[in-house]
Amino acid sequence: MTQWSGYLGLILQGALVTIELTLMGSVLALIMAFLAGMGRLSRYFVLRALATAYIEFFRGTSIFVQLFWVYFVLPLAGISLTPLQAGVLALGLNVGAYAAEVVRGAIQSVGREQYEACIALNLGRWQGMRHVILPQALLVMLPTFGNNAIELLKATSVVSLISLADLTFQAQVVRSQTGNTLMPFTTILIIYFVLALIISWGVRSLERRMARGLDGVRV
Amino acid sequence: MDWDWNFVWEIMPTLIQGVKITILATLLGSVLAAIVGLAIALARRSPNRAVSRSVGFLAEFIRGTPLLVQLYFIFYVLPDFGILLPPLVAGVIGLGLHYGTYTAEVYRAGIDNVPRGQWEAAKACNLSAGQTWSHIIIPQAIPPMIPALANYFIAMFKETPLLSAITVLELMNQAKSVANTYYRYIEPMTLVGAFFLVISLFSVVLLRWLEHRYGKIER
Repeated sequence: MTQWSGYLGLILQGALVTIELTLMGSVLALIMAFLAGMGRLSRYFVLRALATAYIEFFRGTSIFVQLFWVYFVLPLAGISLTPLQAGVLALGLNVGAYAAEVVRGAIQSVGREQYEACIALNLGRWQGMRHVILPQALLVMLPTFGNNAIELLKATSVVSLISLADLTFQAQVVRSQTGNTLMPFTTILIIYFVLALIISWGVRSLERRMARGLDGVRV
Repeated sequence: MDWDWNFVWEIMPTLIQGVKITILATLLGSVLAAIVGLAIALARRSPNRAVSRSVGFLAEFIRGTPLLVQLYFIFYVLPDFGILLPPLVAGVIGLGLHYGTYTAEVYRAGIDNVPRGQWEAAKACNLSAGQTWSHIIIPQAIPPMIPALANYFIAMFKETPLLSAITVLELMNQAKSVANTYYRYIEPMTLVGAFFLVISLFSVVLLRWLEHRYGKIER
């Protein structure tokens, strides 16, 4: 109990790694989500097939298996990744596949008349997407993106198994050094929960800010 | 490193052993999640606010924290309080509790979708609360939920590799032990991925059939 503050420092270092992973993974997931989500709506068969294969593959196998595959099998093909890189890659690609379906659904939920209006205004496909469709679709995507980000946060705990010193890993270190199990695990459960609350709170305030300019639009 | 088919056939029986445990854990976990979810959904509707609030918070907490850490908690912390569980039991409890908080939302939506008139008719027929639930509400609420529940059970199936972290000898753990014995990662890890992909693709077909059979849950 006396040296608990020292161990708490160790756990907080782990929290930083978890936050770092969550942020970088989310950025990659966001990029993949838009690439694959819009790829599934593409005019070109090849793009559609590629996007569908990516989404089905990463949703069909679990994050854990993907992470181990990236970390243990890719080096045999000559691609050596640090645990952090492997973690970000696996998390980003996995959550990106789930979020891609959100992007596709949100874009499709924008009414037909909006597309017709784009054509009537002589906007190109890309212009219409950029100025008319996406601003409305983004608002539909946001709440689900928030859930996806929380799923990503929770999935980061898996990287502790490839020896990346995140929250869960540090809790195990503290457990093996002190023999105390209740304190480290309760502490990290609370930290994870607080991080999840921060994400959902952040997404909700972002949603409010983005909805401001779209008063007249049905969402 | 090259792919070696002989090695694949050599390790196949071990992996099949793991698949059996994986499927067993999924089935038991699904049953538990179905029960826990119903209990949570009913408790959240309780007229006693202390009950509904505290169960609601607990469910939020479990949903906002990683399954891996919960498994550690059950496996490492509970023995301190005299509850010593075998790994598989601890794993099934972890899966059941975690996914129970998700299925609770499905139950909630399903119960809310039973028309008001049914409640009023039950009251008019002088049925007690217990009779109303067991004879009127639950039988009508369950069928539309089945596809959504099945969806979560498939998600649970993909999370079972986490059980390897608490020494359950399921598919992932068998693959890891094989890989560590022979220092060959490419075949075991790829096979695990392939197993999961194949079973998930089959379960997607099953899911489509369930959706067709029991109708879509209203969103």
